[in-house]
Amino acid sequence: MPIDFLYPDYEVVRDYNKCINCRVCERQCANEVHSYDEEKNMMLSDDAKCVNCHRCVSLCPTSALKIVKTNHTFKENANWTESAIKEIYRQADSGGVLLSSMGNPNNYPIYFDKILLNASQVTNPSIDPLREPMETKVFLGSKPNKIERDENGNLINNLPPKLELPMPVMFSAMSYGSISYNAHESLARAAKELGILYNTGEGGLHKDFYKYGSNTIVQVASGRFGVYKDYLEAGAAIEIKMGQGAKPGIGGHLPGTKIVGDISRTRMIPEGSDAISPAPHHDIYSIEDLRQLIYSLKTATNYKKPVIVKIAAVHNVAAIASGIARSGADIIAIDGFRGGTGAAPTRIRDNVGIPIELALASVDQRLRDEGIRDNVSIVVGGSIRSSSDIVKAIALGADCVYVATAALLALGCHLCRSCHTGKCNWGIATQVPELVKRLNPDIGYKRLVNMVTAWNHEIKEIMGGMGINSIESLKGNRLMLRGVGLNEKELEILGIKHAGE
Amino acid sequence: MLKEGQIRIPSGCAISGIFSKSGKRITGDTIIKSISAMHDRSNGLGGGFAAYGIYPEYKDYYAFHIFYENTASKKECEDFLERHFDIINLSKIPTRKTRNITDEPLIWRYFVTPLPTKLNESQLDEKEFVARSVIKVNTKIQGAYIFSSGKNMGTFKAVGFPEDVGEFYMLSEYAGYAWTAHGRYPTNTPGWWGGAHPFSMLDYSVVHNGEISSYDANRRAIEMYGYKCTLLTDTEVITYIIDYLNRRIGLNFKEIAEIVAAPFWQTIERMPKEQKEKFTYLRNAFSSYLITGPFSILVGFEGGMMALNDRLKLRSMVVGEKDDMVYIASEECAMRIVEPNLDKVWAPQGGEPVIVTLNGGVEQCR
Repeated sequence: MPIDFLYPDYEVVRDYNKCINCRVCERQCANEVHSYDEEKNMMLSDDAKCVNCHRCVSLCPTSALKIVKTNHTFKENANWTESAIKEIYRQADSGGVLLSSMGNPNNYPIYFDKILLNASQVTNPSIDPLREPMETKVFLGSKPNKIERDENGNLINNLPPKLELPMPVMFSAMSYGSISYNAHESLARAAKELGILYNTGEGGLHKDFYKYGSNTIVQVASGRFGVYKDYLEAGAAIEIKMGQGAKPGIGGHLPGTKIVGDISRTRMIPEGSDAISPAPHHDIYSIEDLRQLIYSLKTATNYKKPVIVKIAAVHNVAAIASGIARSGADIIAIDGFRGGTGAAPTRIRDNVGIPIELALASVDQRLRDEGIRDNVSIVVGGSIRSSSDIVKAIALGADCVYVATAALLALGCHLCRSCHTGKCNWGIATQVPELVKRLNPDIGYKRLVNMVTAWNHEIKEIMGGMGINSIESLKGNRLMLRGVGLNEKELEILGIKHAGE
Repeated sequence: MLKEGQIRIPSGCAISGIFSKSGKRITGDTIIKSISAMHDRSNGLGGGFAAYGIYPEYKDYYAFHIFYENTASKKECEDFLERHFDIINLSKIPTRKTRNITDEPLIWRYFVTPLPTKLNESQLDEKEFVARSVIKVNTKIQGAYIFSSGKNMGTFKAVGFPEDVGEFYMLSEYAGYAWTAHGRYPTNTPGWWGGAHPFSMLDYSVVHNGEISSYDANRRAIEMYGYKCTLLTDTEVITYIIDYLNRRIGLNFKEIAEIVAAPFWQTIERMPKEQKEKFTYLRNAFSSYLITGPFSILVGFEGGMMALNDRLKLRSMVVGEKDDMVYIASEECAMRIVEPNLDKVWAPQGGEPVIVTLNGGVEQCR
């Protein structure tokens, strides 16, 4: 129907003076945008299929291609925006729920960008990380508030199981299935080289990756895919996924077409069956049930591994976190509403949840008010984009951060937000063998190592400027932060002063 | 203009300490002479002293030194004290009018012991009961501020140069086995006397030179355990950390030094296995109490004194010994002026505590 015609969002612009008809673009595009017209001896493109992933642009040997936003427009309307109109056409045609991928792209406030950091002047010297030790090692886990001594008066190590990281960064959960084997291998190898951890997500752990166990967090989600004894014992920590920032209150659905081969084996479900993660865990309808699962997992692994409970940042996140801190969890992971996803209903992704900066600030303060902040460590994600975001998150009160979108970007993701189509041209969010092999794990893991190493250098530089030479002195150190352009209420929740105060 | 406590004021400083290992009692003249040698390290906006062993006749009672803004706050505070404590003795703290010390508040001293009924009711041990009462007065009673609360010890402080503060409080009339002194160089006018050093809680007192960069991390951690930082000064939070780790957790001073000025991980890595495990444990379990940024501190406690520098030694501090006496100061001149013939002078390294105890000698740790 003519009303269903949607003019493409992006146009492929080809400079025919540069194009040599080598057809690389045609071979590289899984969306079949490019084609060769033999009669005219020229390359053509179908803009309607373009997702703007830049694969063709990046590989064009003569730089003949670029993608531009179309200037085709509806009559301008601040209320009925182009996307609002188009989404109605699409739903009127399909009758279905709109799907999206990656984090919420809408124009909500980004509090990290409205917080500024401090530096030393005169009364307190800054420290040069190139000349003095600058420490970023963190321990995650519960801390005792009493000591014990042996008969000789020596201190006894009464710390429960913990994670030790040389820098406050981990790769957050992305399942095998939602991303490719090569993407997982890159993450696992990078985590090992960096001494940090990556997270299996809810899709189980491929047998090839058990050897990276000491750098792995194994996830137990509502679908319980791939969960069995060896899996729980393989990781350095176990994460119970209660929620995800991109889709709080919503489960997951990996279509049967993707449940093939190794993915079916790793998830322990038959080939071709849909992998459906229920919205709630059906054995957890309240906090006391969560406690039982935490202790079941601890018992199953002989109390040797810390348990992480991951929740989405929602309105009463502080009270929820406080309940979790009293329920035996060692670490609470909070995922902000900008966190990524392989697929989520658009309306959920774009309208549910709250910013991680506010969630973190209120959780940290609530746990301190209740005197239980030392019961747990706090890890935040969704979305951490840079080393300065990390420094701000730690100064607000986090122990560590989770990054996923940034890690995918390091692997080549161009944030075209089309993961749900399964045709990722960069070999990340796809299971098509010829696409998967485009991501070379030998290169991928090094790029991840580079990114995290670079961030760690920057963290040290920023800390040195503040006169802080160990990351624990930055944790919760909100005096190092000032807000710009924030109102009284926002400052109060963040627990920071306005710049100039 | 905001008063100290409403804003955070950075400052530079001078510190000095004198200790008799045999417990010989020394009058206040010596410490005044010592601290005044470093006159230029303070700017007249704060000075003070802590003295141990000065109230032998009342050694079993908590000596509360209190600033009052007015008689109404005095009355309210005394009502509170009467409800919770047996007041054995009370008097104005004797002062001498000096030209350079002005705007003094009402300054009173009480020797008290908790009422047994109130103490039982609270289900707290005696020291915790006293500590909570002090915090309560300082946070809840407008215009009343208990600035000293230990047994057989006292702090004396004011806005002014330390030598003038010593004269004002007539410290030559007091004699104790240990003294610490502080001359302050704040960047702003503190507005009242509470912000001067030493800061004390029970019989812990701290004088400090520096500006710690970990302040808010430390403050927010310690406030979980019933403390309330009302002055926003480094000294206040350091005192609470020491009180918490020593009295409430049961760590000794050497262990406390290993937490607040912990060795770097690269140093810990090189330690023998057992030592490495211990230091790793302390840094992990008590990570919120690591103090970074420059500091040199003198911690006074019952029967002892600890000197400690930050782990990079970003502030000067030297130790001198002569027979029974131990001297610790920001500058050597402050020791030489009272004891020109020192047997031994050395500068402790960053993070290396020097602990002096009665009859226990000098322990240079690590």
